[in-house]
Amino acid sequence: MTQITTRPNFVSQDEVERTRLRVLLAQFQPQKGDYEANVRRVGDIFEQMAANGVQTDVLTLPETALSGYFLEGGVREAARRQQVVFDDLQAEYLQRFGPDAPLLDITLGYYEEHRGAFYNSALYATLGTTSNHAGWQPGIVHNHRKFFLATYGVFDEERFVSRGRRVQAFDTRFGRTGMLICEDTWHSIAATILALQGAHVIFIGNASPARQFANDEPGNLTRWRDLVRDISSEHNLFVVLTNLCGFEGGKGFIGGSIVTNPFGEVVLNAPVAKECLVRTELNLADIMVARSENPLLADLETRLPDLIAELRTIERS
Amino acid sequence: MTLIATDRFELIDSPPPDAETIGRNLLKMNPLLVRDWLLEFLRDELIRRRHFSQAVVGVSGGVDSAVTAYLCALALGPQNVTAIRMPYRTSSRESLQHAQLVIDALGLPSRTIEITDAVDGYIKQFENEADGRRRGNVMARMRMIILFDQSAKLDGLPVGTGNKSERLFGYFTWHADDSPPINPLGDLYKSQVWELARLLGVPSVIVEKPASADLIEGQTDEGDFGISYQRADLILALLLRGYSRNRIIEMGVGSAEVDLVKSKLDKTHWKRHLPTTAMLSNTSINDYYLRPVDY
Repeated sequence: MTQITTRPNFVSQDEVERTRLRVLLAQFQPQKGDYEANVRRVGDIFEQMAANGVQTDVLTLPETALSGYFLEGGVREAARRQQVVFDDLQAEYLQRFGPDAPLLDITLGYYEEHRGAFYNSALYATLGTTSNHAGWQPGIVHNHRKFFLATYGVFDEERFVSRGRRVQAFDTRFGRTGMLICEDTWHSIAATILALQGAHVIFIGNASPARQFANDEPGNLTRWRDLVRDISSEHNLFVVLTNLCGFEGGKGFIGGSIVTNPFGEVVLNAPVAKECLVRTELNLADIMVARSENPLLADLETRLPDLIAELRTIERS
Repeated sequence: MTLIATDRFELIDSPPPDAETIGRNLLKMNPLLVRDWLLEFLRDELIRRRHFSQAVVGVSGGVDSAVTAYLCALALGPQNVTAIRMPYRTSSRESLQHAQLVIDALGLPSRTIEITDAVDGYIKQFENEADGRRRGNVMARMRMIILFDQSAKLDGLPVGTGNKSERLFGYFTWHADDSPPINPLGDLYKSQVWELARLLGVPSVIVEKPASADLIEGQTDEGDFGISYQRADLILALLLRGYSRNRIIEMGVGSAEVDLVKSKLDKTHWKRHLPTTAMLSNTSINDYYLRPVDY
């Protein structure tokens, strides 16, 4: 796999076309505990894309899309190695698009097995067979293991999966990207690290069961919108939040996937609770416009040594 | 040294919110959103996950079963919801009539199965001295037997009607009222069920009357509890939020009320669980061997 080593240049006007990133959000309702059925359902999305001529650069699916979220001890039965997930998705993709399948990037959540340990992971992979001008080949681009495992209230992740140890931005054929899973997002430092590492789009996969029915939408969806808007406006980048939907044992996942732009504006609200595909386009050149107005990230970069020194004092206290 | 004349500043007091304010906020709900969510819940549990098209609801004439019947009718279509009235000889005439109001309003297929002979077959012949509590439990368990059997006959699923307030008070018969495999109202306090009932258009005579288990004439839930549902729900909501007894008293709730509610809650945790099993292995079910209900 060849990796892009330099960041895309957002300044040059002749590169504007290249900075348009088409994203297809799959607000997905998995078949509980049935990995094979869910891979086939992702195949159904490919089928629909092929049949309807739906073109996208990135297809993104939520946390635990290949199994459902609340599996308890069933994690060990639904977990797969990352290479297996890639191979299965690639097989589904090639089956629909044929031997000359164009490249398609995909992000999705799954329970991962690695050397006998289990993780709540998100995979970023490039599917297809045709290499583009930058020399990209199909393959796994990055695998993020959930760093902050939700273990409170209705959640009990630490009992069934191990926690990831890294929060890392990575290069894709569309530039520097980051991924977070659910509670990772609730700690602003995780998104801040990705922003400092150069991510211009953060894909967040999420499985959030609805709570708080006081207002016009589940209260936790409102809270999520605030969270991703704050990340976008603080760091002037795009956030693509893709939510699970459907019920699992009485717990209804919220749906209502959200995209925010580098100005901190919500540019997409998917329907609440409903399984659907939502298509949008991110103009990555907006990052430059927003950052020129509001150089918060540059300020943070310059103050970083002092902040790191402060953080070290916490470590020692 | 220059002193700032503080008396030129207007002093605004902003006291911490009291129990009423916090409780009201905790109990606040959007009934329309709740209704739509519960309809999706019912469709998902019955149709998608369990592949049933038919629901069976024991309609008592009270507001909980009325709301459940309304929700099921909206979710599945009234023709797919069978209402069963199961009066005992001491049940009030009014309850039976109110149940009929629900059946007529929704156009539900229905059946009335009197449980007197079945209950008395046991009580009169073997346990004639049984007190009201035991008789009430036998009635509730007989109704459970009928609901499950009617569901088997109709190839349907019994839908539970218990609300959060009575679940938290333990004010139900274990493995009877709580036995149906799905329950749309179990996370709604009684006061919230009333609110939902008004939205759904449940006849006001059912919504406005005092709640009653209807085991003996003139009985009301609130009479049995010694506190109104409005007050109990407020205190339950504060306790479940995690506020201590003393903190709730400090917020302005009387200690007698808090203690009454807290003692009912504390004494009934067992009723909200499956039977306790002696653990002997490291594969003990629900201790070690953990699989979710829909797995």
